[in-house]
Amino acid sequence: MIRFLTRRRGGARADWTDWFARIYLLIGLLVMFGPVAWLALSSFKTQTALQEFPPSLLPMGQKQVALPGTERPLPVFLVPQPDGVAQERVMVRRVGLEGQFVDPADPARRIERARLTAVTPVRELHFAIENYIEPLKQFNFTRFLGNSLFVTIVSTAITLLINAMCAFALSKYEFRGRDGIFIFILSTLMIPITVVLVPAFLIVTGLGLGNSLWGVILPPAATPTGVFLLRQYMLTIPDELMDAARMDHASEWRLFWRIILPLAAPALAVLAIFSVVWRWNDFLWPLIVLNRQENFTLQLGLAAFQGELQTQWHYLLAMTVVTLLPVTLVFAFLQKYITTGIASSGMK
Amino acid sequence: MSTLSLRGIVRQFGPLRVIHGIDLDIAQGEFVVFVGPSGCGKSTLLRIIAGLDQPNGGQITIDGRDVTGTRAAERGLAMVFQSYALYPHMTVRQNLAFGLENQRMAKEEVARRVAEAARMLQIEHLLARKPGQLSGGQRQRVAIGRTVTREPGIFLFDEPLSNLDAELRVQMRVELTALHKRLQATMIYVTHDQTEAMTMADRIVVLRAGRIEQQGSPLELYNRPANKFVAGFIGSPRMNFLDGQAVGGRSVAFEGLPNLDIPAARETTEGEAVTLGVRPEHLAFTDGAGLPGTVDIVEQMGGESYIYVTLANEARLTVRRPGQTQLHAGEPVRVAIDGAAHLFGRGDDEHAITPRRLP
Ligand SMILES: Nc1ncnc2c1ncn2[C@@H]1O[C@H](COP(=O)(O)OP(=O)(O)OP(=O)(O)O)[C@@H](O)[C@H]1O
Ligand SMILES: [Mg+2]
Repeated sequence: MIRFLTRRRGGARADWTDWFARIYLLIGLLVMFGPVAWLALSSFKTQTALQEFPPSLLPMGQKQVALPGTERPLPVFLVPQPDGVAQERVMVRRVGLEGQFVDPADPARRIERARLTAVTPVRELHFAIENYIEPLKQFNFTRFLGNSLFVTIVSTAITLLINAMCAFALSKYEFRGRDGIFIFILSTLMIPITVVLVPAFLIVTGLGLGNSLWGVILPPAATPTGVFLLRQYMLTIPDELMDAARMDHASEWRLFWRIILPLAAPALAVLAIFSVVWRWNDFLWPLIVLNRQENFTLQLGLAAFQGELQTQWHYLLAMTVVTLLPVTLVFAFLQKYITTGIASSGMK
Repeated sequence: MSTLSLRGIVRQFGPLRVIHGIDLDIAQGEFVVFVGPSGCGKSTLLRIIAGLDQPNGGQITIDGRDVTGTRAAERGLAMVFQSYALYPHMTVRQNLAFGLENQRMAKEEVARRVAEAARMLQIEHLLARKPGQLSGGQRQRVAIGRTVTREPGIFLFDEPLSNLDAELRVQMRVELTALHKRLQATMIYVTHDQTEAMTMADRIVVLRAGRIEQQGSPLELYNRPANKFVAGFIGSPRMNFLDGQAVGGRSVAFEGLPNLDIPAARETTEGEAVTLGVRPEHLAFTDGAGLPGTVDIVEQMGGESYIYVTLANEARLTVRRPGQTQLHAGEPVRVAIDGAAHLFGRGDDEHAITPRRLP
């Protein structure tokens, strides 16, 4: 790692290009990764800590102590003592501009009084795990998570299958109008999604798929991008292989399963990643199709925290982190395929 | 072990006709080689026989059964491709078994055939590898093994040796011939290499631009080429050609050179434009009458020598002599025919003018 970071462009000393590259990469890192890191850190802040100004990077919060006999944990302040040294004291009551404090080590001893302007709150690193636990328990987020997983996995499987079949026909068979069909499919890329929303919704409800997860899964399953990506890749599979398989008594269907699909695996992996990201992050289409809460996907659930009057930022941030995790994992494990697959299929 | 017959096979791609009515009969157990220059339609014809491509006209019969229009799998043939076309994601064993599994053959039978083919082709130690981990020669063996396991009626080979280096090619040639002997199977072999054709074939079919120019045993083609194309194609180094005029049926007149007598008289009209063809091994140096020229280059092969001669009229000849030669570049020589000579007309077909029956 260290050796990698201090690698140079040859020569004993780092020249200016090395420094330039490092600074450039550092800026890139900050710009790309900074917001994500901030999101992750902020998701552990309590609601009050989130509204602090100036904001802190780490999830700091006022230290709280639970005293025997009190219901809730009480905030801790630094209270100046008669000898001039400030000591940690728990505020038990607040009366106007004054507070009543006790020593947390010996709460029964005596009550000190101090003006609120004279005391400073004690801050400590505090991870508000409840941001995660509460919504997962209360708001049915596990249900949303399940819905999202179902939609993503089933949708990706269907996308891979039908796009691969379409690409197979377009790349390996000769028939009249083949190129026309291909160009037609590609040209649908130019139609903005907003234009097709309403007709697609009408069809979905007409088929009785409104407010069901299948209504979310089926319409976007065939993607022109996927067909293009797979077709370009399949063109590179030699036709002689197919001829050999035909001589080997393979039916066209078997040819597809046993020869074409395994050989198109790198392109399929790329499409799988794209599809997972698309479906997982999709908001608009599920929003239109789904209106009962038990069918919500994660993205819709997230939006529910954003009320008209008030936004529950602490839950919103925590659940955003949860939604990011699966995609991040997919990327982490399949990144090798992404680079090779994109390089070989010429897709960006 | 099947017989094959083609009747009037025609194939065109759009307006371009690449196969012009091929008629051919292949007997059981025969090793037939299709040979011809690049682009003459050899692969196309083979693919039509295989059923991978359909002819625009004509009829194909295998074992007396009309198979025109049927799919490749129904013809019971097996093919080795120029690029081997091994399935890269399968092991050698799976490659060998794939065709059998597709026919829903019993597991034990598949295992038996794979083992037998692997033993026959000495690829037993490679069975667990993927094609990417094999050398060119090993891939070739696997590709042949894949056809052997199928036990087909006819083996088809499309330039199977062209991706191998020279030494390996000679070795595989011998092995293929041995395989043919052992299996007694009908084989059709496509190549553009006349040496492969000469060494392996029972019968050579010479193709040019989608037509059969001549067919026959290797020596028939060598000794009695039907036209100038076949004469030039068969034999290495190439036959020498000299343009001239027929004189009295027994000799040929050249511009800027003395007349040359040919061994056998032909039916020619006086002064007819002809091409004299003499193989390099049928030329010799002489002190008497002959074509004058100078030695250009001498290639000593040890066992034989190739001498390249430029004649007085700038025409070039290749002479092949057994043993080693004392000649060297720049030396004046006289070249005469010492063996057979061929005479070709100069019409469109450049057909051979055959010797007169009675002298
Ligand atoms: N699918 C096709 N579409 C159009 N023309 C084709 C097609 N396949 C072959 N041809 C043409 O048919 C002719 C014969 O091709 P073929 O592949 O049979 O030649 P070949 O004798 O096998 O040559 P080589 O020795 O180079 O393999 C060529 O002129 C080629 O351009
Ligand atoms: Mg060919």
